[in-house]
Amino acid sequence: MQNILEGIWKAIQLLLQGDPEVIRITLLSLQVSMLATVISLVLGLPLGTFLALAHFPTRRFWISLINTGMALPPVVVGLVVSIFLWRSGPLGDLHLIYTPWAIVIAQVLIAFPMAAGLTISALQQMDPRLRVQLLGLGASRAQMILSLWKEARLPLTAALIAAFGSVISEVGASMMVGGNLQGSTRVLTTAIVLETSRGEFASAIALSLILLTLAFLVNFALTTLQQHRR
Amino acid sequence: MTTLLEFHNLVIKADKTVILDLPEMAVDRNEVLVVVGPNGAGKSTLLQSAAGLLKPTSGRVYFTSHPELAGLEYRRKISTVFQSPLLMSDTVRANIGSGLRFRQVPASEIQRRVNFWMEQLHISHLAKRRANNLSGGEAQRVSLARAFCLETELIMMDEPFSALDTPTRQELLRELRELLSRTGQTCIYVTHDLQEALAVGDRVAILFEGRLHQLEKAAEVFKHPKTPKVAEFVGVENIIPGTVSSKTNDLLQIRVDGMMLEAVGTASIGDTVYACLRPEDITLYPVGADGRTSTARNRLPCRISHLIHQGPLVRIELDADFPLTALVTRPSAEEMNLAAGTEVLAVFKATAIHLIESGHAHRDQAS
Repeated sequence: MQNILEGIWKAIQLLLQGDPEVIRITLLSLQVSMLATVISLVLGLPLGTFLALAHFPTRRFWISLINTGMALPPVVVGLVVSIFLWRSGPLGDLHLIYTPWAIVIAQVLIAFPMAAGLTISALQQMDPRLRVQLLGLGASRAQMILSLWKEARLPLTAALIAAFGSVISEVGASMMVGGNLQGSTRVLTTAIVLETSRGEFASAIALSLILLTLAFLVNFALTTLQQHRR
Repeated sequence: MTTLLEFHNLVIKADKTVILDLPEMAVDRNEVLVVVGPNGAGKSTLLQSAAGLLKPTSGRVYFTSHPELAGLEYRRKISTVFQSPLLMSDTVRANIGSGLRFRQVPASEIQRRVNFWMEQLHISHLAKRRANNLSGGEAQRVSLARAFCLETELIMMDEPFSALDTPTRQELLRELRELLSRTGQTCIYVTHDLQEALAVGDRVAILFEGRLHQLEKAAEVFKHPKTPKVAEFVGVENIIPGTVSSKTNDLLQIRVDGMMLEAVGTASIGDTVYACLRPEDITLYPVGADGRTSTARNRLPCRISHLIHQGPLVRIELDADFPLTALVTRPSAEEMNLAAGTEVLAVFKATAIHLIESGHAHRDQAS
């Protein structure tokens, strides 16, 4: 207990001093996770919308695949991305392994099924007659989809929150494809693992507090957006 | 009267089952055409295909003034109101203006039209209210305003008031009828409720199992149904099959299970006909009185099988060698001591019988 309290006190001191390494790690975590979330949304929202609204023979298979992807273990994603980006792998010539881009790719693979799957569920929960009504009011297909997204903004923002939450807190894939290299690919979660393994609990607690605060602030902003004019 | 919308050989199938088969039908400009029929008759399918929301298996629907229009351009010539208001989670004002925004109408024009139609539908005070805080009647008024403010050539309504309570439905029906006649708005109105059809429609199209059985002025359909199914649908409870046995000018003698009925019609001797008789057109007399004071030609001795009390009226099921239903007021039933097993005389005029000739009856069976 004494160790924990000392750790918290040291963590507060570390934060107040504005340690440059801590700031760098924090900023990299934010950049990587936000970029991965945005890419996941850009890919997941249209795909989820298509799978929710279109009718074609293999639709159920693709939805099942997306739903399975929502439960994909990060270490498995890390393994697959590592195999592809490894120097002798199919995409080895791109020299992306152990770079922040590798972490972004892995995190997109984790968050994208979540964005698509939650979009499918959000749109399928809506009254299907609403689509007919919108078309009956003279909406083009694009206007109809935009109106449906607007109407489903609550569950869609929840999808965004879930996607960001899954990548900011993920450690396995980032460690495997990023390598936790100081000054290059070390993010908050991988740094916490490292500091804990070294017995540097104060640093680990400080980084954990930052991670929790960041997660809270981003989620608070998204929740405010979600609940706006509800 | 010019035609606004035409249906040509329209066939809609779902999994090889014919949902709608409509060789020809036209909607005139400035008229309210009510499409009426029981559940599964194909009414909503007809409306959705007319609104460009459902692609027909074959045939087509088009505006006579713009026969080349299709897709989005066609849909933007029409506005629709459905049974459920299906409003967006936004303000009343935003909901009413949504169709105009889809058409990229300038904001000032949207404001003008939205204000005007909110006033017409008595909902100006709800402008800033969010749509999820409205009562059923208010929400349907918003839905009507949203459709009317598009000022399209044609409005289509699919059972817009069927989910509302009776007083609200009656009030909205009256207002809608008044609004449609005042504006001369062309409208296709779908309902399963005959009373609603008669209250709103200029003409009524009756559908059964995807086929059009009759399309005429509302009162005409009510008085002169063309098929036994239509007769049953418009409330004719006595549809009696018989054969014309003799004819003097327009007065026909019809043989029904050994009894003779007299009716006015144009059928020929030997024709099979359906004699349609409304229960309210039958007068009952005690056997002793035998109704000689009446000039009615038909006097059938009957026995009462059942009495069903329906508030101020009593429905009386009679056995006249064939089943017959009469409707009398409660005081009359009490005065005559009517009860099951009582012998009475059922009296009705020859002109009270509407005859459906066998040709129509056969076509009905074929359909």
